[in-house]
Amino acid sequence: MSYPILSVVIWLPIAAGLMVLAVGDRHAGAARVIALVGAIAGLLVALPLWTQFDRMASGFQFVEFAPWIATFNVNYQLGIDGMSLLLILLNCVTTVLVVIAGWEVIQSRVSQYMAAFLMLSGLMNGVFCALDGLLFYVFFEATLIPMFIVIGVWGGPNRVYAAVKFFLYTLAGSLLSLVALIYLYIIAGGSFSLLDFYELPLPLDAQILVFLAFLVAFAVKVPMWPVHTWLPDAHVEAPTGGSVVLAAIMLKLGGYGFLRLSLPIVPDASQALAGFVIALSLIAVVYIGLVALVQSDMKKLIAYSSVSHMGFVTLGIFIFSAQGMEGAILQMVSHGFVSGALFLCVGVMYERVHSRQIADYGGVVNKMPVFAALFMLFAMANSGLPGTSGFVGEWLVILASMKVDFWIAAAAGSTLVFGAAYTLWMYKRVIFGAVANPHVEELADISKREMFVLGVLALAVLGMGLYPAPLGEVLHESVNEILRLAVPGRKLLMGM
Amino acid sequence: MQYITPLAPAYAEVFLLCMVCVILLLDLFLSDEQRGITYALTLATLGGCFLLTGYSGSAGEPHTFSGMFVADLMANVLKLGIYIAVAMMLVYSQAYIRARGMFRGEFFVLTLFAMLGMMVMASANHLLTLYLGLELLSLSLYAMVALQRDSAVATEAAMKYFVLGALASGMLLYGMSMLYGATGSLELTRMAAVIDGGAADNTLLVFALVFIVAGLGFKLGAVPFHMWVPDVYQGAPTAVTLMIGSAPKLAAFAFVMRILVSGLGADFLVEQWQWMLIIMAVASLAIGNVTAIAQTNLKRMLAYSTISHMGFLLLGVLSGSNDGYASAMFYVVVYVLMNLGTFGMILLLSRAGFEAENIDDFKGLNQRSPWYAFIMLLLMLSMAGVPPVVGFYAKLSVLWAVIDAGYLWLAVVAVLFSLIGAFYYLRIVKLMYFDAPLDEAPIAPDAGMRWVLSANGIAILLFGILPGPLMTLCEYSIALSLQ
Repeated sequence: MSYPILSVVIWLPIAAGLMVLAVGDRHAGAARVIALVGAIAGLLVALPLWTQFDRMASGFQFVEFAPWIATFNVNYQLGIDGMSLLLILLNCVTTVLVVIAGWEVIQSRVSQYMAAFLMLSGLMNGVFCALDGLLFYVFFEATLIPMFIVIGVWGGPNRVYAAVKFFLYTLAGSLLSLVALIYLYIIAGGSFSLLDFYELPLPLDAQILVFLAFLVAFAVKVPMWPVHTWLPDAHVEAPTGGSVVLAAIMLKLGGYGFLRLSLPIVPDASQALAGFVIALSLIAVVYIGLVALVQSDMKKLIAYSSVSHMGFVTLGIFIFSAQGMEGAILQMVSHGFVSGALFLCVGVMYERVHSRQIADYGGVVNKMPVFAALFMLFAMANSGLPGTSGFVGEWLVILASMKVDFWIAAAAGSTLVFGAAYTLWMYKRVIFGAVANPHVEELADISKREMFVLGVLALAVLGMGLYPAPLGEVLHESVNEILRLAVPGRKLLMGM
Repeated sequence: MQYITPLAPAYAEVFLLCMVCVILLLDLFLSDEQRGITYALTLATLGGCFLLTGYSGSAGEPHTFSGMFVADLMANVLKLGIYIAVAMMLVYSQAYIRARGMFRGEFFVLTLFAMLGMMVMASANHLLTLYLGLELLSLSLYAMVALQRDSAVATEAAMKYFVLGALASGMLLYGMSMLYGATGSLELTRMAAVIDGGAADNTLLVFALVFIVAGLGFKLGAVPFHMWVPDVYQGAPTAVTLMIGSAPKLAAFAFVMRILVSGLGADFLVEQWQWMLIIMAVASLAIGNVTAIAQTNLKRMLAYSTISHMGFLLLGVLSGSNDGYASAMFYVVVYVLMNLGTFGMILLLSRAGFEAENIDDFKGLNQRSPWYAFIMLLLMLSMAGVPPVVGFYAKLSVLWAVIDAGYLWLAVVAVLFSLIGAFYYLRIVKLMYFDAPLDEAPIAPDAGMRWVLSANGIAILLFGILPGPLMTLCEYSIALSLQ
């Protein structure tokens, strides 16, 4: 390893974003090109992570270390495991697609739009790489700012409400986790390193408080029922690119936080309160699945479907088995592709008809056959059809929960019914049937640019569904390591 | 035995005093067109003070005037901060005061006298020196608020400021006289020694403490002694509001440190004032943040925001450890930097005959000027304490100290109120980025304003990415000054 790959992966997109910002809105064309080059370069520099990643090794790889705030022993400490690797790659791919997807749609303040996404990409890579608690927090919070701007500036009619709600909800959640982090820092004798936190003996009552603080932060981000209400608003109002990044990557910060912070740092509290979290997850899966069924707005429907699918992620995490955890991580990746693709599909139709209401559509297949075929694939993946990426994670999680308790598995399994119901019913009403109105009559099929974006995602969805083994290989050791750290009693015994 | 008082630690003050007199006299002979000379000379004086303080910082014995005056590292660092803040304030205000007929010798002379007061406060090691500095500062500020004598709001604000300020001074003096009665000394270090020796009457000390803390509360603008803050902030000309809200806070921090920590730092007294400060801090956070939400006048909103920031500052002080004092110092330095930038933005948007003091005046700033909108974005995020800008680290270091001192609940309270605070800072961001502009007038600042304001914004970001050096500096200042 000749250069600090992780730092490049974090800072290259941010630097590209600043360049785009410097170009300014008056040179929109140049801004687009630089943004695309920056996004592709961001992806290319991340690829060596995949090839050079040692799949047999446990612990963190590509580690970087430099003092940052010397007085308080805060360090710029980076490193990744298999889980971070997948999410970083997902992030880099999504950024490229989002830049391409916004190519023509965004006409006002182009450079600011592109810059926001590039910076967001770098910051989220930072979250996935950070091994220092404060560094993690800084990146975690900083992602709010570009997304706030994206929703508020390029969003729909009710964008201000959505943007402010998004910001305050997430900030409220994470501020408590900051208090928890400072508390851990003091207990650890002045270190913010996550690795030190992992080895810190903690009594159960302290663990529970820390766990609850983390829970609030990450549950808002995931989002879990009942703190999910910001998500439908944010999704509905955000521009397509914003929805895609929000669903594909930002929600993963919550799941990632559980796995990177909650489980290893406070394992006993995590075990003790697992039942509570599982209950919330199941409510999300079942109840929010039902809520999705009655939505009349497509974006809102997909947003609720996201909440329901993310319920699977938290369920898989808190089952405490290798299978469940791998399933949860694969579900995160798959959801990144599928929900991103679905939001893009809605975006494609919205640009043409300027409506997200299901009732305004019907018979789209007659005018946009290619689009309808791709949309079909993503709809199937969203309902968890075997052979698509959506199946892999859900299946693993259901399997893992079956080993724990039949009824958990049964409740979780209901998603296969509800998921299929709300997705396919929407698909049927929008795509099939007679041509509903003159707007649909005028529809033209997708352009090459849209075709490329959706095509890449379709390949990813199918590839991951048919041959998930390479992803599993990357994850095995990481998941085992997290489970080893999350063994109950480890921290309680240390204190004796 | 030394017969000649060594002046080395006070060179900057002596130089400043001489220069103020020179400027005062010289200005009499200048016509209005030549007023730029006064301005340039004032800035040059600040530069001279900067060099002198930098020089005396490396000199040996910090005490002089029989121990009434001390130029330790904390004082010197704060003074350097004061020079920078005053210089920035002058650059930001230039166009504004020119357009309002305040570009006259009085403005500069009063500014420099106020600054002299702040410097004396920062270096005071004796209750008399402390009081002298405070009154020099306050009287200059009262006059500055009333500088626009035809403006009814400004004169009302000045009156209010004066009456309440005089009341506060009275309380402080009363407390000080009781301290003298109890300890027989006005010199802070000797006073502390007497208290430590157990020779002082505890009841009297606690009684004095109450008056002192109340007086400090007035000067800082902490709840429940905050009533003057919003009116004065709103009523004073924006340039003067900027003056009141920035550099004097550094001096006020020194004041708190000198009197509470150096003078009344005995353990049993710390326990007493800790609780007084806790109540003031929590009340300031609550009232400052909640009331700010309802404001439509930006200057008034910032006044309430100041109150809440003072609450945070008190949190750092009440931790009662060197880390806590260092965090409070870091907080106040960062706060001054943010405040300068924010009022700089208001001055930027104001022009002849137009005061940009309603929050709606910021609507659509991103369309009028993306760069200044970006700077304001950084400033607002910093005030709200969102990473990666420096305001976050200021809040972080205070929370750190508070939790370390065992007040976990206090940290949670502070965090919850800063969440409420985030809402009104976010509203400004929302207006700038999401709304259409009301005012299409081009933004054309002079070169000084443009560069300094940009540097101010970049500093907010840069100190946010690399907060280490500034934190270390504060840590050292406190550690070396409070042995």
